[in-house]
Amino acid sequence: MLPSNIWSLRDSLGKTSHRESRFLANGTMSIALADLVCGSGLRDCLSMFSGCSVLIATRDQLATALALIELDGVVRRLTLCPPDLPQEYLSSIIVKAGIDAIVCDCDSAEYGNLGVRRHFMCTTAIRPMGDFQVDPCPTEWILLTSGTTGLPKMVAHSLGTLTAAIDASKIEERPVVWGTFYDVRRYGGLQVLFRAILAGGSFVLLDVGESLGQYLDRLAEHHVTHVLGTPSHWRRVIMSPSARKIAPEYVRLSGEIADQSILDSLHVFYPHAHISHAFASTEAGVAFEVKDRFEGFPASIVNRSTGDVALRIDDASLRVRSPGTAKGFVGKEASMLADEEGFVDTGDIVDRRGDRYYFLGRRGGIINVGGLKVHPEEVEAVINRHPAVRMSSVRSRRSPITGSIVVADVVLKVEPDISSALTPTIELKEEILQVCRDSLAQHKVPAAIRFVADLDVGSTGKLARHA
Amino acid sequence: MSIKMVITSQIYKIADEQNKNLAPLTDDLNLLESGLDSLCFAILVARLEDELGCDPFTAFTDVHYPVTLGDFIRLYENAPQ
Repeated sequence: MLPSNIWSLRDSLGKTSHRESRFLANGTMSIALADLVCGSGLRDCLSMFSGCSVLIATRDQLATALALIELDGVVRRLTLCPPDLPQEYLSSIIVKAGIDAIVCDCDSAEYGNLGVRRHFMCTTAIRPMGDFQVDPCPTEWILLTSGTTGLPKMVAHSLGTLTAAIDASKIEERPVVWGTFYDVRRYGGLQVLFRAILAGGSFVLLDVGESLGQYLDRLAEHHVTHVLGTPSHWRRVIMSPSARKIAPEYVRLSGEIADQSILDSLHVFYPHAHISHAFASTEAGVAFEVKDRFEGFPASIVNRSTGDVALRIDDASLRVRSPGTAKGFVGKEASMLADEEGFVDTGDIVDRRGDRYYFLGRRGGIINVGGLKVHPEEVEAVINRHPAVRMSSVRSRRSPITGSIVVADVVLKVEPDISSALTPTIELKEEILQVCRDSLAQHKVPAAIRFVADLDVGSTGKLARHA
Repeated sequence: MSIKMVITSQIYKIADEQNKNLAPLTDDLNLLESGLDSLCFAILVARLEDELGCDPFTAFTDVHYPVTLGDFIRLYENAPQ
């Protein structure tokens, strides 16, 4: 929670400890937090942002962090554009968020035709400025999720909800150096940035196009102490020759189901690290952290308030109410996000075995491939376009590398011209996969296709989907 | 076909499907420098399970994740088929 004397990120910079030794770094530079108090790449035009709704479209994560620190508490609304956002969604997001200024760190030509007149450049060059006067304005933060097909959901937060899980009064005795494989333009990465700023730490940010090995080397140079990522990120880390160069004190996994195998592997790899996995979502906020190095979570934390966070399980789905819960979706009723008691339905299906709950997967069969969500229906619709296909069922298969992968069961039409005698099945599989590759993102293309005689269709006439 | 052959031919196939530039497949090649990303490895492990009937990553809970291609191949060679 934010101390009452801090109302913006910049404000907090001047009030936290270890200021002189703390930094934000990318692959080419390191900026002392103390320098950020007196200037940044946007400082000389700050007054022009007063009361604006701003789209942050910077590519470099350090430039993004500087823009956020500078604009929080000045602008009316900050919308963070994640790096993989399809260009075709931009104009709709600009309209919905009422964007009237765009901040980039490179040629802004690609944002030229979107009807936003004001464009600003925010680089990592610090321009020290003297005193400045800007009217303080509580900033609304808009984060985009990948939870649905089509246009991402626009989730509205405040600095208060985004920092609810951070204890800013508990300053670490030694400066903490954070590293994460998450992007600062999404909820997970933003949490790390806020922790670094508010609780006395430094932050080494991933560069655009940087390989995992290069990033691990840099984390080692900066003596990283706290590292966060998804289970898929971590599985990749421990396959890297550079993984042994870092010796983190704290390793945290979230964003996907952390299974026992990755928790055990990390413990063997980093025997001195505190290894924990956490549950958080952009909508619900940070719900809990599990520190006992076992998968799942203790049943004792359900139906009991742990601090300010309450958990409930209805219809096998985990529901969360916390001070970190978002305020709502942009342009939609608040009831779309949480029920009347303030609980957010996470859509994560859990199963109780003994005194623990275990995550089974997403409701509606949504498949999580290394942190990227796949709606089976979207993939089925593409497969079904192939003239030889009668119907298909796309499901998740457990993967030790990405948690899950997409596989498809396909029922063929039995028509003379495409019967298996005439068209070898391997070629037909290849054709179907090609259709998928032509119109789907890589992680949505099935890793394997199996031809089956029939599919399980339930009494509702819908394909049976299992979590 | 030897296990090593099965693995390398699947790697070529997946690299081709995913438009990845493969590094020369030598035993000491670091997997993360092979040109394959996590998704490629996930597909590889799934297809090898179908073809070889085992997934050594899931079969052993204390598996040491392979760093080089040689490590990866040995993991499969030493797994009970």
